[in-house]
Amino acid sequence: MERKEYTYTEKKDTRSGFGDGLYEIGKKNKNVVALCADLTGSLKMNQFKSDFPERFFQVGIAEANMMGIAAGMTIGGKIPYTGTFANFSTGRVYDQIRQSIAYSGKNVKICASHAGITLGEDGATHQILEDIGMMKMLPGMTVINPCDYNQTKLATIAIADHIGPVYLRFGRPKWPIFTKENENFIIGQAIKFIEGRDVSIFATGHMLWQALEAEKSLYKMGISSEVINVHTIKPLDKNTILKSAKKTGHVVSCEEHNVIGGLGESISRLLSENNPCPMKIIGVNDTFGESGKPLDLLEKYKLDPNTIKKAVIDLINNK
Amino acid sequence: MNNSTKIEELKNISSQVRRDIVRMVHKVQSGHPGGSLGCTDFFVSLFFHVMKKNPSFKMEGGNEDIFFLSNGHISPVFYSVLARSGYFDIKELDSFRKLNSRLQGHPATHEKLPGVRVASGSLGQGLSVAIGAAITKKLNNDKNLVYVLLGDGELQEGQIWEALMFAAHNKVDNIIATIDYNGQQIDGQVDEVNSLLNLKDKLESFGWKVIESDGNDFNSILNIMNEAKKNLNNGYPVINIMKTIMGKGVDFMENSHKWHGIPPNDEQLSEALSQLEETLGDY
Repeated sequence: MERKEYTYTEKKDTRSGFGDGLYEIGKKNKNVVALCADLTGSLKMNQFKSDFPERFFQVGIAEANMMGIAAGMTIGGKIPYTGTFANFSTGRVYDQIRQSIAYSGKNVKICASHAGITLGEDGATHQILEDIGMMKMLPGMTVINPCDYNQTKLATIAIADHIGPVYLRFGRPKWPIFTKENENFIIGQAIKFIEGRDVSIFATGHMLWQALEAEKSLYKMGISSEVINVHTIKPLDKNTILKSAKKTGHVVSCEEHNVIGGLGESISRLLSENNPCPMKIIGVNDTFGESGKPLDLLEKYKLDPNTIKKAVIDLINNK
Repeated sequence: MNNSTKIEELKNISSQVRRDIVRMVHKVQSGHPGGSLGCTDFFVSLFFHVMKKNPSFKMEGGNEDIFFLSNGHISPVFYSVLARSGYFDIKELDSFRKLNSRLQGHPATHEKLPGVRVASGSLGQGLSVAIGAAITKKLNNDKNLVYVLLGDGELQEGQIWEALMFAAHNKVDNIIATIDYNGQQIDGQVDEVNSLLNLKDKLESFGWKVIESDGNDFNSILNIMNEAKKNLNNGYPVINIMKTIMGKGVDFMENSHKWHGIPPNDEQLSEALSQLEETLGDY
């Protein structure tokens, strides 16, 4: 596999990938229904709403009720996609998801926008950094955090064919599009973006782009990084992760989430049980966020390419 | 069959179901007899007369009426009635709350018990689920109905009021909700814990057609369910405030919140069974 440098010509928000994917799958699959808690525009659900009004349900600012209605709608064969911010899709309605959806094995797709710190100016009330942890702890829940517009669109379409509850997490900021439109997206299958030998960088969501940026400057220093996109945090692609970690012997994980409870924690559990090796977890260090511009926040909270680069160098130098 | 013969038949079933309830709860020395006994006549009416049901259970529930229990702690009456109406063998009632049982402490779908379509127990969630199922019936052009039972104490949960608003606003008019209005909850009388005040006015102001009944009188239950059905498909949801006596049928359990979640001891069991005729044979 030849080293490829990833570039982009366009930026788009991943939530638009969700909106466009929802519309696509809505056209194809008449059992797909959509529910929204007063955030139709923010979730980019407008086109689904205008073309399929009989399959769109505005529930108002009542997220708990939305989760219950979605659970009930599966009885009789509908595939409900719920849309609201990540904070209101998880923490606010944890018990509804736990009992009516996860424990009851209902085929609900919980679609969560404005996840992580890059929500920006609205601040910490809305910047949830604990949602992956909450959702991955629920038995039977699939957890996906796609990396760009194209992948979010593909994931939105793919989850309709997966039977069982899914948590799909995406974001607000315009973000580089660097994956292909027609990529093969398979739930639970990590994607190797760059082959390398010195370190394995596992990244999810927006942080994959940060990892690819870090790889470029590491490459110039003569460090060969393997960059792998773990879009599905649960079920974790154990084989791909272990194979890469065995090869490189050094692991860095990157996520826009608390270091407690996220992707890094899942990977470190996998490694400590199967292939212990030095590892660094890049994420928000158990703190709340704050208001600011997305890129400034990523820098302040150490989610930038430089931080990843430094972590790799420290790891390799055994610091 | 005329109405009085039907009611005699339902009474006989109720007596047996009440025996099942106290025996199940006594056997494992845990569970909730009070609310179960109070709602027995309602459950028996629904499952043996009112609902169009299919005991060869399919989760999808197409072309039949479907029922949701929101106040899941009264699982003993739900399980007994499901077994007695053919969803599973009555012998399985003996496994209630035991290890490896499909009859979990609170109803669940996880072990695939026929007749249960959603887990309940954490209160306040069942009305939303029932409304969702009712919408799907409409989307599927399925003219059958959705029934849901709620506790009165459960109405203190905020999600209930979100669901009430939604159903009226969206004209979900293929659902009959019933409130088990026994006035009791774990810590005492509902009026003392957190009063519902004028419940009928509240529900009407939320846009529901409110009907009232006596849940321990078969005539009242059957009449009110007929009236409820007549009100359907008119652009509004229907809710039945059903007065019941907690612990009904066992004199020392009646009207006391103390029997919400306490099992009878051996002596109390004998006393209870002496008041309840074995009409269909114990499990």
